[in-house]
Amino acid sequence: MFRSLFLIAIVSLLSGCSSGTWGWYVVDPSTPAGQRNLWFLIDGLYYTIALSVTAILISIFLGLIVALPGLARQRPPRMFNRVYVELVRAVPILVLILWVYYGLPQVADISISVFWAGVLALAISDSAFQAEIFRAGIQSIDRGQHEAAHSISLTYADKMRYVILPQAIKRILPALGNQLVYMLKMSSLVSVIGMEELTRRANELVVTEYRPLEIYTVLVLEYLVLILVVSAGVRWLELRLAANDTR
Amino acid sequence: MTLSTPSSSPQPFIQLCNVDKFFGGFQALKDVSLDIQLGQKIVICGPSGSGKSTAIRCINRLEAHDAGTIAIDGVTIDDSAAARAVLRNNVGMVFQQFNLFPHLSILENLTLGPVRARGMAPAAARELAEYYLERVKIPEQINKFPTQLSGGQQQRVAIARALCMEPKIMLFDEPTSALDPEMIAEVLEVIEELAASGMTMICVTHEMGFAGHVADRMVFMDHGRIVEMAPPEQFFSAPESDRCKTFLQQILRN
Ligand SMILES: Nc1ncnc2c1ncn2[C@@H]1O[C@H](COP(=O)(O)OP(=O)(O)OP(=O)(O)O)[C@@H](O)[C@H]1O
Ligand SMILES: [Mg+2]
Repeated sequence: MFRSLFLIAIVSLLSGCSSGTWGWYVVDPSTPAGQRNLWFLIDGLYYTIALSVTAILISIFLGLIVALPGLARQRPPRMFNRVYVELVRAVPILVLILWVYYGLPQVADISISVFWAGVLALAISDSAFQAEIFRAGIQSIDRGQHEAAHSISLTYADKMRYVILPQAIKRILPALGNQLVYMLKMSSLVSVIGMEELTRRANELVVTEYRPLEIYTVLVLEYLVLILVVSAGVRWLELRLAANDTR
Repeated sequence: MTLSTPSSSPQPFIQLCNVDKFFGGFQALKDVSLDIQLGQKIVICGPSGSGKSTAIRCINRLEAHDAGTIAIDGVTIDDSAAARAVLRNNVGMVFQQFNLFPHLSILENLTLGPVRARGMAPAAARELAEYYLERVKIPEQINKFPTQLSGGQQQRVAIARALCMEPKIMLFDEPTSALDPEMIAEVLEVIEELAASGMTMICVTHEMGFAGHVADRMVFMDHGRIVEMAPPEQFFSAPESDRCKTFLQQILRN
C-alpha cells in the first residue's frame, strides 16, 4: 500500500512537469462525471480477474496433463511433451488470441464468445510454462518417495495424487504465483478482441475523453495495486505452508 | 538357530533363478539364484556395489531384471497384473533412508497403503496402524509428522508402514546404515522381534552380531554374484572364499 502511494506521487509529479496542464478532473471522484469515469475504469477489474483466474485454472490442468508424459520412461510420450511445449511457446500470445477468436470458429465451425476465446488463448499459452514448472517440481521430489509409494503398492494415479503432487505443488507455489501475476498482465491483450477488461475500458474512455495521460496512469495504478495484492496473497500462502512444514 | 528352520516345502516361496541385471552396459547381477522358504531369514552382505540392493529391488520390481526368472508364491514377477497383486499381498520393504512421506502424519503414512491399495475402510486401517505402531513401540507418535521424530523412530514407523500391508515377506535394505549409533539397537530389536514372530525376511546389513542371531542363511555377494551361501555358524567360522574372508575381517575389525 505504502509503495503504491509513493508511486502515485511520482507519477503525478512526472505528469505535472511534462504536460503543464492537469486533466485529473476526468477521474476526480468528487465530481459526478469523474466518479462515473472512475467506476467505468475500475469495473473492468471484474473481467480482468475472471479471465485470468479461469485461464490459470485451465492452464494448470492442461500443464499437468502435458507434464506427466514428459516424465515417462518411454520416448513417445516424452516427444509429445517436447513438441507441445516448444510449439506453444513459439506462438506470441497476441497472435494466439487473434487466431482462437477469428480463426478457430472457421476451422471448427463453432462460435466462441470473446470471453472464452480469451480464456482459451491465455490458458493454452500459459500451459506450456505450467507444464515445465510441474515437470521440474515433480522431478525435484526424491526418488525414494516414488519407491516408497511403489513398496506399498499404490497405483500410478494414487502415487501422484497422495504422495508426489502434494509435495511438488508446495515447492512450485512461488512459480505458480508468478504465473498468475504474468497472466493478469497478459489478460490486457484480450482487449484487442473487445473484451471489456481494464485495458479496453481505459482505451474506450481515452477515445471519448481524450485524456490519455491521466486515464492510462489510472490504468497503471489499477494493475499495480492488483498485482501487489495478489503477490502479497501468494506470499502469505507460502508462509502458511512453510509453517505447516515445521509442525 | 537351525532348530527354527521350517521344514522345506516342495516349492520355495521366493525363487530367484539365474537372474541377470544390467544398468546400460554394466552388469549389476550375474546369474543370481536363491530359494527362500516361508519363515526363513536371509541376511545378505558384501562390499559396496556388489549388487545387494539391486537383488532385493528386483524381487519387488523396483528394478526389472533382464534375464532369468523371479517367482513369488509360484507367480512370475514381471509387469503383469498378477505379479502386481502378488507383490501387493506378500512383499513389504524398508529402505535405508526411511522414505516416509513428509507431508503426511504418522497415521496417514501408515493408512495410505491399506486404504488406497488394499481397499480397507479408514477405521479398520486406523486400528491396524495403531496395532503396528504398538509393535514398533511408538504408539504415542501417531499424530506427529515424520520430521518431528528421531531417525530411529522414523525407521520404526517405516517398518510399521510396511507391516500395515500385512506382507508375508519383508525386504530390508541396510535399515540401520543411515542411523546414529545410539539408535541402531532400537531398530534392530524391532526387526529381531519381527523375525522371532515368524516373518520371512531378506535383510541387507553389515550388522554381523544381529545377522548371527537372526539369519538362517548368510549370503555373501561380490561383483554381482552370490559368492558364498551358508548357515551363520559356518559362514562366520569357516568362510570358504578368500574374498569373503577378507570382507569379514574388515567388517569385524570395526
Ligand atoms: N540405477 C542405476 N543406474 C546405474 N547403475 C546402477 C544403478 N543402480 C545401481 N547401479 C550400479 O550397480 C551396482 C550394484 O549396485 P547396488 O546398489 O546393488 O550395490 P550394493 O551392493 O547395494 O552397494 P551398497 O553397499 O553401496 O549399497 C553398483 O556398481 C551401482 O553403481
Ligand atoms: Mg545398497
